[in-house]
Amino acid sequence: MNALAQPRKWEKVFWPVLASLVFLVIWHYAVRWTASNIFPSPLDVEKGVGELLGKGVLWGYIGDSLRRVATGFGISLILGVPIGLILGWYPAAAKVVNPTIQMVRPISPIAWIPLSILWFGVGDNAATFLIFMGSFFPIVVASMNGVRNVPSMFRRAGRNFGLKPAQQLARIVFPAALPQILVGLRISLGIAWLVVVAAEMTAVNSGLGYLVLDSRNSGKRYDLVVAAMLMIGVIGLILDFGIRRLETIKSVRWGFRSEG
Amino acid sequence: MNIPVRLRPVLFMAVLLLLWHVAITRQSAHLLPTPWAVVLGIVELARRGLLLKYVVASLFRVTWGFLLAAVIAIPAGLAIGWYRRTEMALNPLIQILRPISPLAWIPISILWFGVGDVAAIFLIFLASLLPLLLTSINAVESIPSVYVNAGRNFGLKSVRLVSNVLYPAVIPQLIIGMRITLGVSWLVVVAAEMIAVNSGLGFLIVDARNAGNRYDLVVAGMVMIGLIGLALDTGMRSLEGIRSLRWGYSED
Amino acid sequence: MSQAATATIAHTSRRAFQTKLRAESISMTFSRDGKSTDVLENISLEVGDGEFVCLLGPSGCGKSTLLNTMAGFLSPTKGEVRIDDEVVTGPDPRRIFVFQERGVFPWLTVEGNIGFGLFKLSAEEKRRRIAHYVKLVGLQGFEKAYPQELSGGMKQRLEVARALAVNPDMLFLDEPFGALDSITRLIMRRELLRIWEAEKKTIIFVTHDIEESVQLADRVVVMSARPAKIQREVLIDIPHPRDISSPRYLELRDGIFEQIGLAHKV
Repeated sequence: MNALAQPRKWEKVFWPVLASLVFLVIWHYAVRWTASNIFPSPLDVEKGVGELLGKGVLWGYIGDSLRRVATGFGISLILGVPIGLILGWYPAAAKVVNPTIQMVRPISPIAWIPLSILWFGVGDNAATFLIFMGSFFPIVVASMNGVRNVPSMFRRAGRNFGLKPAQQLARIVFPAALPQILVGLRISLGIAWLVVVAAEMTAVNSGLGYLVLDSRNSGKRYDLVVAAMLMIGVIGLILDFGIRRLETIKSVRWGFRSEG
Repeated sequence: MNIPVRLRPVLFMAVLLLLWHVAITRQSAHLLPTPWAVVLGIVELARRGLLLKYVVASLFRVTWGFLLAAVIAIPAGLAIGWYRRTEMALNPLIQILRPISPLAWIPISILWFGVGDVAAIFLIFLASLLPLLLTSINAVESIPSVYVNAGRNFGLKSVRLVSNVLYPAVIPQLIIGMRITLGVSWLVVVAAEMIAVNSGLGFLIVDARNAGNRYDLVVAGMVMIGLIGLALDTGMRSLEGIRSLRWGYSED
Repeated sequence: MSQAATATIAHTSRRAFQTKLRAESISMTFSRDGKSTDVLENISLEVGDGEFVCLLGPSGCGKSTLLNTMAGFLSPTKGEVRIDDEVVTGPDPRRIFVFQERGVFPWLTVEGNIGFGLFKLSAEEKRRRIAHYVKLVGLQGFEKAYPQELSGGMKQRLEVARALAVNPDMLFLDEPFGALDSITRLIMRRELLRIWEAEKKTIIFVTHDIEESVQLADRVVVMSARPAKIQREVLIDIPHPRDISSPRYLELRDGIFEQIGLAHKV
């Protein structure tokens, strides 16, 4: 098979389906072959999902996780984009603040758990704080870089047409930086989704992350563990798709090379 | 008031530290540490021999997990990126696994490996695997086809095509991807240690709080985490500065 | 035609010459990392109201620098530029700079781009202006299109329309057709002349293409290599539309070829 030949349309469905089936089959037989009665087979997981849906608990947990992400990510967005824009607009300010950002950024949001529990107790606010800590910096950095990368030609045109600095920021710099800001938002949302799961394993008592841990702790229900993991993957994927749709809006699409 | 430019970031941090100090000392109950208490905490850890021990433990796990992932993910990713059909086949699987936090794998990793180093290394391996895989796939796919065509034009067959065209062309992107993934694994090791092992900086943070509310040690741990993470990142960035690779980077 | 002295005032027979722009003894030196480069040396130039002047010279000679200085984006190291007898201190909507077509704003439609500078007008007036200029540059039907859907020539026309919409006195064009293929370039030159005759703006146009300069300009200012001086000013007295095989055209063109020191045969 020529590796460089153009794949045909049907192949776009055929290969993924084949690979997924192969994967499921291998999984199934691996479980059988090791005669494990703890680790679930694909069928067990499917039943597990059904059980969770039936119990009605799943929807509540999904709602909790999404709500926390929405709050934490939302606050990061509202604070982070303006701050990033300002830092990009005033490079001198960026130089002053940047070393501090570089030092705080590598501290895992998880490392903030003890402090967050101390400040907020166990519960939603602690989780929201952790999500904020995880998603804030990528947004700031993306917004800052977006502003910095606006071609000088656009800014010159702005001055030429008589725009004052505030108008320049709003009518030229922000739209020109928007594609990069959106990429930052997408990455940040992905991080937020990872952090919420982690936060729910330590700081709260509901949500998908909690479900993962709890299913094991109360009864070694690994079928539910994997079912929950699957839900986490699927919802995370949906969130990613959703924000990618924003990238197709015509007034930002120019900033993205055509990709899959 | 003209403060020299080099000094300004330092001054900014100093102001933040001052605010931190004031915020703590104004409260009557000193649960949280002042900056100075944190420094003393670091010194205490050093004296007890724990600092070095924990830093080494964390770095040990990161190194092993990251390298294992790299050894598997990079060749696999390059191959997958080259053969378009494999990428089509595996893409849905990768896309579903990607949003699952490595921490969600904790129950499974404990099931398979028990509590201890191996479990932590496994988590870091998982955390690094997919990002490195995706970076490698992406790197191959973004090789301008002119390079490949030129290679074939000059009569290079598959193997030499790979070593003379593909491999040098992907290195700049791979290094960036590795730097970012290293940063991710540093975040994950901390999380993994808080839950699954008995040493390391992540463990320090949890333990310091549980065994006596030593928040000064908690924050000391956090500071060490930040500094080492920064050092790792800076180290990787210097790789990007090697001249023979610099063509792959536009001004950052 | 005899060689003109460096600074001359040309009279066009069509309209009374009124000085629009005067550059007086412009010198420009750039310093970077301790090294200083003289880019412009003692340039003096007068441009009349409604005139179409070409700055012609090899790439890198400094003609773009001169253009930027005249438009107010750069301050000359020595000398000054006056427009309508006012010293130029910065960019101004009365004199719009046109880049190559990548200067259009990709996040706005054709209408959005053209209307960009019209924020001081009423909605009705704005709409009328936009419609007028869409028609003038021949982009009817594309009002709601985004620049990424347009060809290079169309984007260039869009940029010209955007510049004209704010009704500037002067247009500065910096090798605007450089990124277009040669056929489109010929078409665009005709378009530009048509628009110029309709709108009667003062135009200063930078190019390295000798043919282009003789086809377009009332007066060609030939510049030397860096540090740039004005080598010669050539008055192109052929009325539009210009026949590019007419003897007078060839004579003027060859004169410039010679001036720059190029042979006629390839």
